[in-house]
Amino acid sequence: MSNPLADMDKPTVIFCIGTNMTEAHPVAATRLKKAIANGAKLIVADPRRIGLADISDLYLPIRVGSDAALLLGMAHVIQREGLVNDVFMADRTTEGETFLEHVKQFTPEWAEGITGVPAADIEQAALWYAQAERGAIYYTLGITEHICGVDNVQSLCNLALMTGNIGREGTGINPMRGQNNIQGAGDMGALPNNYPGFQPVTDPKNQEKFEKAWGIKVDLEKGITKVTALDSCGDAIRAMIIDGENTVVTDPNRDHCEKALKSLDLLVVIDIFLTDTAKMADVVFPAAAWGEVDGTQTNTERRVQRLRKAIDPPGEAKPDWQILQMLAQRMGFQGFEHESAKDIFNEVCSLSPTYYGLDWDRIEHGEYQWPVPEKNHPGTPRLHEDGFINGRGIFKLINYRDPAEVIDDDYPVWLTTGRRLQAYHTRTQTGRSAGIDYLLPEEVLEVHPDDAAKWGLVDGEWAELASRRGKVEIKVRTTNRSPKGTVFASFSFADVPINALTGSGYDPVTQTAELKVCAVRVKPCKKGVL
Amino acid sequence: MIMTAAEAQTHCMTLDGVEVQFVEGETIYDVARRYHKDIPTLCYDERLEPFGGCRMCVVQVEGMRSPVASCTMPAAPDMVVQTQTHEIDSHRKTLLELLISENREVDVDPLRGYASQELATLVDAYDARTGRFEGGQSGATRDDDDNPFILRDYDLCISCYRCVRVCAEHEGDYAISIMNRGFATQITTEFNGLLKDSSCTFCGQCVQTCPTGALGDKKAMRHTDTPGEIEKTRTICPYCGVGCAVDLMTKGETIVGLQPAMDGPANEGALCVKGQFAYDFIQHPDRLKAPMVRGDDGELHETDWDTALDRAADGLKRVLEQHGRHSVYGVASGRAPCEAAYSMQKFIRAGFGTNYIDNCSRA
Repeated sequence: MSNPLADMDKPTVIFCIGTNMTEAHPVAATRLKKAIANGAKLIVADPRRIGLADISDLYLPIRVGSDAALLLGMAHVIQREGLVNDVFMADRTTEGETFLEHVKQFTPEWAEGITGVPAADIEQAALWYAQAERGAIYYTLGITEHICGVDNVQSLCNLALMTGNIGREGTGINPMRGQNNIQGAGDMGALPNNYPGFQPVTDPKNQEKFEKAWGIKVDLEKGITKVTALDSCGDAIRAMIIDGENTVVTDPNRDHCEKALKSLDLLVVIDIFLTDTAKMADVVFPAAAWGEVDGTQTNTERRVQRLRKAIDPPGEAKPDWQILQMLAQRMGFQGFEHESAKDIFNEVCSLSPTYYGLDWDRIEHGEYQWPVPEKNHPGTPRLHEDGFINGRGIFKLINYRDPAEVIDDDYPVWLTTGRRLQAYHTRTQTGRSAGIDYLLPEEVLEVHPDDAAKWGLVDGEWAELASRRGKVEIKVRTTNRSPKGTVFASFSFADVPINALTGSGYDPVTQTAELKVCAVRVKPCKKGVL
Repeated sequence: MIMTAAEAQTHCMTLDGVEVQFVEGETIYDVARRYHKDIPTLCYDERLEPFGGCRMCVVQVEGMRSPVASCTMPAAPDMVVQTQTHEIDSHRKTLLELLISENREVDVDPLRGYASQELATLVDAYDARTGRFEGGQSGATRDDDDNPFILRDYDLCISCYRCVRVCAEHEGDYAISIMNRGFATQITTEFNGLLKDSSCTFCGQCVQTCPTGALGDKKAMRHTDTPGEIEKTRTICPYCGVGCAVDLMTKGETIVGLQPAMDGPANEGALCVKGQFAYDFIQHPDRLKAPMVRGDDGELHETDWDTALDRAADGLKRVLEQHGRHSVYGVASGRAPCEAAYSMQKFIRAGFGTNYIDNCSRA
């Protein structure tokens, strides 16, 4: 997030797109509800009539995968109506003139044709956001899990840059990170292109720094992403070590993923449960869980906080870092002589410019948000206040692209996937916590009542859902939350492996899977037919 | 923009005989708290709008005939306030005597909730267990609500409305409401039904703010008889990226419950159903307790650390020799601590000399 969570009750106009915040980030949503109670206007763009839509002032029911068209249409209106923040554009951005020329072709009527949202509503959304004293954008995987995820994010940046809704209290571009420490994992350099602290691996200065720090020869080339690695399993990739990820259930195209892991010479998994992925491993190491280890975790607003041990791990389970250290020592690797999480964190701080001013003792109370470039630095709750890191904000010329897979006669229904409030990912944790089943006992396919009638489906009975990649059986629930022609399910339940169906395409830059769109067909079935 | 303290006007008033400063907008209670005055409250939760319902926080203001609720009365220039007089103390004690006269019990297990000891603590502080009043009983417990999380023991309700207000003001859910008036007041939900049929999201905020234990954490209460003192460990919720601070509660080596950290920088006391109630997976019997290796029979078998480490190391070395360093790939977790992710990337980078590392953020 460019802005802190504490800013969330301060915008005058809130634009939520591709975020089901009341279910996926409920505590953040409570802050937005306060902004609304204070008089802020809420614009929600989402294919499904989610909880946020119920409390919105303007709901834009976009067709799945049409976000970029909506955002281009909004940019067009802002340009056309002369609502561009000229001062901000002149002082802080570049390529603006080309961009303003580029968006002239994308009328709201054009956007209506793609998104299905009335042009008048697109105009209204653009006017509110552009005229806001403080306009803030919030998004989640509904923006990024598309073949055009990068385009979508850059389209949001364009809107913020042309209106100056960035670098101030109650504004910003705010992605809500989904996992407790997914921000931290990136910060730590668990990425093929960056060392810790987002230092590019291809920069000779960084290469020299890490060769010196670790006393080794580093690779001069970027690595490959996990998606590419899975595609190369059994071929170029022969061994994989996976920590705390249930890859075969969370990743798209389960069949492809299982075949990939099976073709390895060696699969090592570190986890707290024998997940479907761990079951495929040659070696499984038992990890200590949350509540059983000391450590640090970085949240969606870049706040670095301490995790503390309350009880001992069961049996012989050990902290992940200790397992990796023991394995490194067996391999004869140097530099793995840490005695504690504190040791490791302090090593991170010494090497990462974003954490450089921090140390284990300094984050005792969790008051710092990175970057903290030097000791005694107060941290940076709000990014881009005095300028952009790279100098100027660059407008990108985006064009709309169709999803990798669009509906046709064979697969005439859109499927979109997402989260539910009471389940977390593949339920390895929430599914093993007492009482959660009372609230969410099973997965259901959410279908509009009119569609259900047309397709012969009955609420509470079963349907077969098929894509070009697989089939699942799933119980039907009729609901007006689903638009006509689009069905929804989560991937949380092992007995409804919805990711057997997904995986139609990937963003060419990030290789993020288009989990939010695939084409399916739906028909009634008796349970147990598959 | 939002007014800062420096921009607000400062005035003077007299508090227990001492001249003190305050800024416009502060209540008498706010000022008194800043000066460490021990004013009792029951309906007060600092995250909520002042309510003035319980009358425990009354103070004497010169020139006013009756004591006034300090939590709702704005401080005013030259006001002269007494926070503790014989009359005020006696007023507070009588209120407490009346309140407990209609409650089935006063002393509840602290596992019921974060604020559950507030009434009992005040009753002791004001020596109010006199039995001076007896008679009717208000609030009817909902034994029929079979949800596994929230006990609705309204026999113990004192109608402070903290649950109603936290649900509306802090959560924005408006799931809880009030039925009837006066002595017949009953906390309820829409159509007087079960919580699961209301707009309740089971975030547990009503439980944690209840000052009497009328709303209780059913999951934690299963450990009422578990021996040992309750210890709290401050940590961060393991679910989404918001990073809510929590206090994990243990008795010995058993997790017995979890409460929100009211001073958590990301959550300010708020939690959701996952953070509040889905903490016990770590003590599930399915936990892996020993390393496992795949045997000749094709199955995974438990083994000791040495064997498993050798097996993994030998396998990695063989792949490295036969296929080179770009044949090994590491995936770090977005769920484990930073130290795990750092160790994984260092294992790959410093160990194999490649950048063949990623985390689970692309799916």
